[in-house]
Amino acid sequence: MTAARASRVGDVMVLGGGISGIQAALDFATAGFRVYLVDKAPTIGGKMAQLDKTFPTNDCSMCIESPKFIECDRHPNIEILTHTEVKEVAGAAGDFTITLTKKPRYVNEDVCTGCTTCVEYCPIPIPDPFNQELSQNKAIHIYFSQAVPLVPYIDERCRFLEDDKCAICEGACKNHAIDLHQKPVEEVVKVGAVVLSPGYGAFDPRPRGDYGYGKIRNVVTSLDFERLLCATGPHEGEILRPSDKKHPHKIAWIHCVGSRQVQAGGHSYCSSVCCAYIQKQVILAKDHDAGTEAVVFHNDIRSYGKDFERFYERAQKLPGVRFQRSYVAIGREIPETGNVTVRYATDRDGVKEEEFDLVVLGVGMEPPADAGKLARQFGIELDAHGFCKTSPSNPIATSRPGVFVTGAFQGPMDIPEAVVTASGAAALTGALLRSRRGKLARDRVYPAERDVSAEETRVGVFACHCGANIGRVVDVPGLVEYAKGLDHVAHAEEGLFICSTDAAAKISSTIRDKKLNRVVVAACTPRTHEPLFRDTLREGGINQYFFDMANIREHCSWVHSRQKEEASQKAKDIVRMSVARAVHLEPLEESRLHVTRVALVVGGGLAGMTAALSLADQGFEVELVEKQKELGGMARRLSYTLEGLDVQAHLAALVRRIYAHALVHVSHEATITDVSGYVGNFVTTVRTEGRQKTIRHGVTVLATGADEHRPEEYLYGEDARVVTQLELEERLAAGAGAALADVRAVAMIQCVGCRRADRNYCARICCSQAVKNALRLKKHKPDLDVYILFRDMRTYGLREDSYRLAADKGVHFVRWAPDDGPRVEPAETEGRPILRVTVPDPVLGRRLALDVDRVVLSAAVVPSAGAPEVARQFKVAMNPDGFFQEAHVKLRPVDSAGDGVFICGAGHYPKHVTETINQALGAAGRAGCLLSQDTIAASGAICRVSERDCVSCGACITACRYDAIGWTDGPGGRKASVNPALCKGDGLCCAKCPTDAIVLRHFTNEEILHQIDAALE
Amino acid sequence: MCTGRVDLSFVLRAFHGRADGVIIGGCWPGECHYVTEGNYDALGNVHLCKRLLRHVGIRPERLRLEWIAASEGNRFAELMSDFVGQVTALGPLGRGEGIADEDLRLRLAAVDKLVPYLKLVEREKLRVPVKSEQAYQAFYGSAEMDRLFDALVADKLAVSQILACLETGPQSTGELSARLGLGSSDVAKHMRSSSSRGLVRYLQAEGKYALA
Repeated sequence: MTAARASRVGDVMVLGGGISGIQAALDFATAGFRVYLVDKAPTIGGKMAQLDKTFPTNDCSMCIESPKFIECDRHPNIEILTHTEVKEVAGAAGDFTITLTKKPRYVNEDVCTGCTTCVEYCPIPIPDPFNQELSQNKAIHIYFSQAVPLVPYIDERCRFLEDDKCAICEGACKNHAIDLHQKPVEEVVKVGAVVLSPGYGAFDPRPRGDYGYGKIRNVVTSLDFERLLCATGPHEGEILRPSDKKHPHKIAWIHCVGSRQVQAGGHSYCSSVCCAYIQKQVILAKDHDAGTEAVVFHNDIRSYGKDFERFYERAQKLPGVRFQRSYVAIGREIPETGNVTVRYATDRDGVKEEEFDLVVLGVGMEPPADAGKLARQFGIELDAHGFCKTSPSNPIATSRPGVFVTGAFQGPMDIPEAVVTASGAAALTGALLRSRRGKLARDRVYPAERDVSAEETRVGVFACHCGANIGRVVDVPGLVEYAKGLDHVAHAEEGLFICSTDAAAKISSTIRDKKLNRVVVAACTPRTHEPLFRDTLREGGINQYFFDMANIREHCSWVHSRQKEEASQKAKDIVRMSVARAVHLEPLEESRLHVTRVALVVGGGLAGMTAALSLADQGFEVELVEKQKELGGMARRLSYTLEGLDVQAHLAALVRRIYAHALVHVSHEATITDVSGYVGNFVTTVRTEGRQKTIRHGVTVLATGADEHRPEEYLYGEDARVVTQLELEERLAAGAGAALADVRAVAMIQCVGCRRADRNYCARICCSQAVKNALRLKKHKPDLDVYILFRDMRTYGLREDSYRLAADKGVHFVRWAPDDGPRVEPAETEGRPILRVTVPDPVLGRRLALDVDRVVLSAAVVPSAGAPEVARQFKVAMNPDGFFQEAHVKLRPVDSAGDGVFICGAGHYPKHVTETINQALGAAGRAGCLLSQDTIAASGAICRVSERDCVSCGACITACRYDAIGWTDGPGGRKASVNPALCKGDGLCCAKCPTDAIVLRHFTNEEILHQIDAALE
Repeated sequence: MCTGRVDLSFVLRAFHGRADGVIIGGCWPGECHYVTEGNYDALGNVHLCKRLLRHVGIRPERLRLEWIAASEGNRFAELMSDFVGQVTALGPLGRGEGIADEDLRLRLAAVDKLVPYLKLVEREKLRVPVKSEQAYQAFYGSAEMDRLFDALVADKLAVSQILACLETGPQSTGELSARLGLGSSDVAKHMRSSSSRGLVRYLQAEGKYALA
């Protein structure tokens, strides 16, 4: 029997509360839509919550994700429904009626306080699913400490649920929140659109017994290893192997487990993320114990992402780390030691067998277990692998209108792509539901802010254990006692995770109860957690700037893990300094800036046009500027993609829609001559077709693209038979018959102009591009000999199938190494002029010679020549390779560090057509979020001039590179004054002012000098 | 805030509080997070501050500026360990230099008093046209810089130190010279000019100078 509840009305339902679903929900909610965020798990968070760190920056995964949990939880336009599954779907785009089943968690969410007394009393230990069953938890438990909602659930292995015995928890709960007789409840929600973000499954090696997993104790999966690495893991961050809980000193990683294979039970595609996460795990294992010996058994190393090549080098160069290219087999488990032997092949010494303390299987991604059910319920199609079927021209749309797909259900992808697609779904839904925007949305209501000016200073200090991250090293109780003795400290307490929902709520109530007017949180870094705690202060009814964060994790426990006593002392020093500053903090107002609801899109290629149209479809005016006469950019040179998209037809349709759309205005042959203003209110001057145009816009999308590198090697430019991949593609498009008339053999050379010291990145697309063109050559002329000379074939994701197809069609793949690469020289054979390509053959021990008629160079993709100027104008940083730098590699992948400027397309990094469309829609989604606001807040931590002290020397005006300071005439004469919208708070002016008349608020001399004094007390 | 926000007086305050060393960590040149390249402002300030420290007898190696990106945790740890070793070898501030506590305080106070003036000098005369580390190094190590420093800062700093010293009571030129590590003829020259500007007066009976 199920009880039914009244239906709820919203705008969008997001199914799956992993990082992709969370981002989608937040973008919708910010853009003025009402969202149901539904997850079948007891909490939101998904797989990302289980990871230890994220590549290539090694940020703590939970630490960057969990602030978003609370953001969802606190957002008035998001309702989170966990432990909930879809039962039925009816209706159509704009009007779906979805019946949900809320599974019994046997705990009443509305009554439970999350105190966990029940967990203490529960007598039934069960393997902990969050920790990959490597450690024990109780049958009733909270899924993980930062869970949202922070409410326990009862696992099916509970003794009462199994055979009606034991109800200890029921008696232990003082709030009577436990209901062991709870039944599933049906709920009906009515929404206009659905986003499917169910994530992925990790390949399970158990059914096939791959590499002895499930039988040999010291063989674990990479997801198991993530938990072993993690401070909240089964052994609090100590890497202990399962058999004897000892530290493994020699660890093997095995690549491609479940991926890139055609045997039954495996997946033919490449899972895209394993190469980089294995490198991350190697680096982290070495961090844990510098003496660890690591061997990575790999096939191609696919470091195709931004900054991945350097990350790979970093792992490779660590002492005691060996990358061994070979397929492997598990030898045996040695009974006495529990060690495992691995057999592998070498070029020189044949098959070898080596012994390891622990073996980690790099398991791949697969479609979510319930993909088939979802497909039936939502009436969408799946592809041959069981991922959601999408069109290459719109990878976010499913086969059913109004139902969108984001994240790894599209196919294997990394976190930033999952985030990008989420924002892209927000763009598409924003267009579909534009007339409903804002109708159901609610504003967040905070308690009134208390005027504390007449109060004595009362500081509250909240010290965090961060699970074991801090608590294992720093004596947190001692720190709290110490803090209590500091001047002005009225309250101090500790917490396991201060950032969990209940702890944050408790800070708010403590602020009220104890009349606190300053708050210091001694925990981690303000970069990830300051917004959350500032918000917590607002909830507590005091100004959000009365907050300071003492970083006792990154600055203390993580770096001094072996000096506990000194670390505890240092933590006290850090807290004392923080309190000294906090005492002098002032309440600050954030000004509201008006938003001009116009977007400027720079670059009229595929990315720019896609973003422009999406923004216009969402109802915003768009100014599209293109430096050339015609729209289309680099895509004009492409005829088709590996997925079969007819690029020219797609492009033509885009161009038609651009010119037909009433809200899009195009400037051709345009050069940006000046940019001023700030988020919400930019003013850009453009010279276009002989005239000057001034554009006022609220946001900017940079889609300036990239160029094909012009090779300097392999006789390119000297011999007409040597061409680039793009040139080949153009010639084939112009007429394959003529292009291949007297051609018998073709050699393609990969990595031309990249993966080398001065351009140390992989251009990502060239391997797939080569495979695509090779297949096309074979199609036109099946007897043609085609050779692809490669270093690592990087046909990641579903493109792997095409790589296999090319091999099946007889394309020859020849590997070369950078120390002795291919050479090309003109020669003659049988009186016929040919090009002779030679490459060392490690097996034969001599150079292999290939006589060919064409050499095709897979030339690198390089940032476009105009990119540095655009970066300077819009104040966007660039990475070492000259690509635009995103605000956060994982979680803000299309935002730039400058507010209101978004990036997409190849200017961000080389990418395939489908990826470009994904990212352009993502940028349009993020930009649309901002344009949906009437006003936006500007930081209060900006400069102000005390007119009385200003001596009108102008030092600050010349120091400011944002042009935020100017002259104002007043009663005291001409004085410097700050435009609060332009000031970014870098404070350069303060260090130049001879009279300390200009003050950087929130970082005043007074605050900092007291902090310095406190450091030296 | 940016490294360029680090005021000369912050560094002096730390030494005043008996820090044995001060390290400033900034973004690598060309990787500014604000896109304003304030790290060059920091570079200029540090060059100037080192010169001032040397001038008042404090080992300039006690102040260090390093470029450390957020991702360079290991480098940060290595640099800190290295700096701690370096500062430990120098000995405690003052004692390592052979300056008595009281005198050290006076010298730092004298420099601190000059900060507003130094900011004006830096702005008007110490501009480095090219934004590169080499250019800053070359400029601050040049003969031109020596000349500018002597002409614009050295005398003012000496007078500032003398006045700070006299705040503790009347002293003879010999005593001042010993306490401040200045040449006796220089001290005599500064006493004459300060006396004529009415800043100090000569106490005939004791053979000492006092604040006017």
